Amino acid sequence: MTVPKEAVVRMYAAREEIYPREIKGRYATLRWAGVWLTQIVFYGLPWLRWNGRQAVLFDLGARKFHLFGLVLWPQDFIYLAGLLIVCAYGLFLVTAVAGRVWCGFACPQTVYTELFLWIERKIEGARSARIRLDRQPWTFEKIAKKCAKHAAWLAVALWTGFTFVGYFTPLQTLMHEVASFSLGAWEAFWVLFYGFATYGNAGWMREQVCKYMCPYARFQSSMFDRDTLVVTYDRKRGEPRRPGARVAGDKLVAKAVTKVGDCIDCTMCVQVCPTGIDIRQGLQYECIGCAACVDACNGVMDKVHKPHGLIRYATENALANGWGTREVKRRLLRPKVLAYTAVLGLLILAMTTSLALRTPLKVDVIRDRGSMGRETEDGQIENVYRLQLMNTSEDARTFRLSVDGMPGVRIVDLDVVTLDGASARAVPVRVRGDAAGMGGSHRIAFTVTAQDDPAVAVREEAAFIVPR
Amino acid sequence: MSDFTSGFWNWYVALITVASIAGCAILLWSQSRYKVRLDQDGQPAKTTGHVWDEDLTELNTPMPRWWMGLFYLTIVFGVIYLVLFPGLGSYAGKLGWASTSAYKAELKQADTDFGPLFARYASQDLKAVAADPQAHAIGERMFLNYCAQCHGSDARGNKGYPNLTDADWLHGGAPETIKLTIMAGRVGQMPPMGAALGSDKDIEGVAHYVRNLSGLTADPVKVAFGKAKFGTCAACHGPEGKGNPMLGAPNLADKIWLYGGSADTIMETIRKGRTNTMPAFGEFLGEAKVHVLAAYVWSLSNPVPPKPVDGKVAAK
Repeated sequence: MTVPKEAVVRMYAAREEIYPREIKGRYATLRWAGVWLTQIVFYGLPWLRWNGRQAVLFDLGARKFHLFGLVLWPQDFIYLAGLLIVCAYGLFLVTAVAGRVWCGFACPQTVYTELFLWIERKIEGARSARIRLDRQPWTFEKIAKKCAKHAAWLAVALWTGFTFVGYFTPLQTLMHEVASFSLGAWEAFWVLFYGFATYGNAGWMREQVCKYMCPYARFQSSMFDRDTLVVTYDRKRGEPRRPGARVAGDKLVAKAVTKVGDCIDCTMCVQVCPTGIDIRQGLQYECIGCAACVDACNGVMDKVHKPHGLIRYATENALANGWGTREVKRRLLRPKVLAYTAVLGLLILAMTTSLALRTPLKVDVIRDRGSMGRETEDGQIENVYRLQLMNTSEDARTFRLSVDGMPGVRIVDLDVVTLDGASARAVPVRVRGDAAGMGGSHRIAFTVTAQDDPAVAVREEAAFIVPR
Repeated sequence: MSDFTSGFWNWYVALITVASIAGCAILLWSQSRYKVRLDQDGQPAKTTGHVWDEDLTELNTPMPRWWMGLFYLTIVFGVIYLVLFPGLGSYAGKLGWASTSAYKAELKQADTDFGPLFARYASQDLKAVAADPQAHAIGERMFLNYCAQCHGSDARGNKGYPNLTDADWLHGGAPETIKLTIMAGRVGQMPPMGAALGSDKDIEGVAHYVRNLSGLTADPVKVAFGKAKFGTCAACHGPEGKGNPMLGAPNLADKIWLYGGSADTIMETIRKGRTNTMPAFGEFLGEAKVHVLAAYVWSLSNPVPPKPVDGKVAAK
């Protein structure tokens, strides 16, 4: 009989359900702190009021973005780009220093999974009870529990979707619309879409999102180096494993194991892992750095009267060279980290300076394209411009217009314009100049100054054309 | 409507589309299984056996199954889409959607949204509409959109394009007349008069006479010479050169000039004549909108007196 040398395997495997065991400890507490902090901000922010309106409101219809006292317009989009770059560099810096702490403690995917797991535990019980429940046939109890769990998940998910849309439509309006079933089509779509995404990602997809969908998870590994703090198993100290109470002591003797490590092979670190990996196999791409295994192992070490830290935050170099905390900390100030910090600091400084010095007035000068320049009765030349004025402050303001750059150049009639708070207006302006014989194009400049505050002024150049 | 006269290309495109979709489905199905080597212990190998740079091995870790489900979903989506919407050659789709009908639907929606507003103004007298601040704002926006290209953002015109803010009108400045001008457009024509007037000296004389009518500097001798020749022009511009709105003949006795008032320009106008067109906007905008626009244009040369505020007339 010939032994087959090949086999046909499926390239697509079904997901294996992971039942993370509940764990208490330092890092679990930190993660819950992350959950509370991010979710109080997310669910709470839209309820805050500011000057008679919602404090944080992204009004897409009016194209105005309110952030407390700040009103941003589509022209201020650069600040969004700046904010995203700051976030990216923040992520780079944190990742270079301490690995995927964002993933493990603050990422919405982790935070909502944690929330949904908590609900799951409250309804279906602990890990072993959940495994048992899933394996048993469909009974009335199982159906009731599953229904209760999904109902609770959907409630949280819909509330999340509702809150999300509350950043774009004032929450008060949204509540009335929901109560009277008059929700707009797009609002309803986004409430349901965001709710469905929350339910699907935190309830069903969980670690699949981190493993297969998330791009940050992938490129964060390129920011790791040998001095990055990551969750690691101290192989030197742990191996060879001593399979605790489950294997009789004489078997160890039979295997002629002389030296035994601190790992008792209780598999607690595997049972608590939300991505279902065994950290003892070393750093793996699935690891989100949540340190649940650290908490688990420390608890076990307490019970077997061994020191903490068989699984701990350590750097690759520290493990290889047996470094202590001091050496690890000294390597923190390596060039990569300093460079990230410098760029991040500069960006934040530039952003805040630019925001602080922002002029709440925008001016765009559009010369009438249809005409070159007209001659008046007394032989002067007149050009017409449209001044697009935008008052981005929240109070009505009066602006004075002036023009310079050519001898005798002046605005003919209208030179004082009043604009409502946060409004825009196109103002036709006639400019006249003593320009006989000066055929050609001349540079002139408009200055728009707020009457109540001379510091609020914008200067814009334009061309004044004299027909030859 | 198809851009091609022959049905061949429709079938060509449709066939490629269908074959591509079927190809994707076959590829997905055929590639979902993979032949691997067996290890020494008879288990399928974890690597493909490819090794680069001494120790870089390619794993054959399976993808998640839901991922393949998504691929199949895109195929289902594509098929449903191609049934409902036009995409397969010249097939129009079950929903009968077309960009032209979508555009017409949007126009219709805008008409139902804004129609009542314009209808309310359309039933009012033009002077009453001119006094309405909201109608004034609407008129100003329409003017900037449709009229400012020629007449300027400030409506003061340009060479060849009349100033709309003075009280001087080529075809009459009554509100109803302005409305008619916008609705039906105007053609203004001044025929070349060089041959009819005679010599260059005659033409120069008439030009100086016309300047004199407006009170501009002119050579008295040439003025007297031109006055005798002006009878040819009087047919349209009137014996006193005051113009005739019925014919669109401009008033020559004011200082307002459509093409310029220098003697040279006037002589050029006489010699070569002028033809000027104001396009008709009636069909494009519809009468209700033109009504609001005409009221705005009329108000430019007839400023609305300030409204009484708190019982008193606001001081100017």
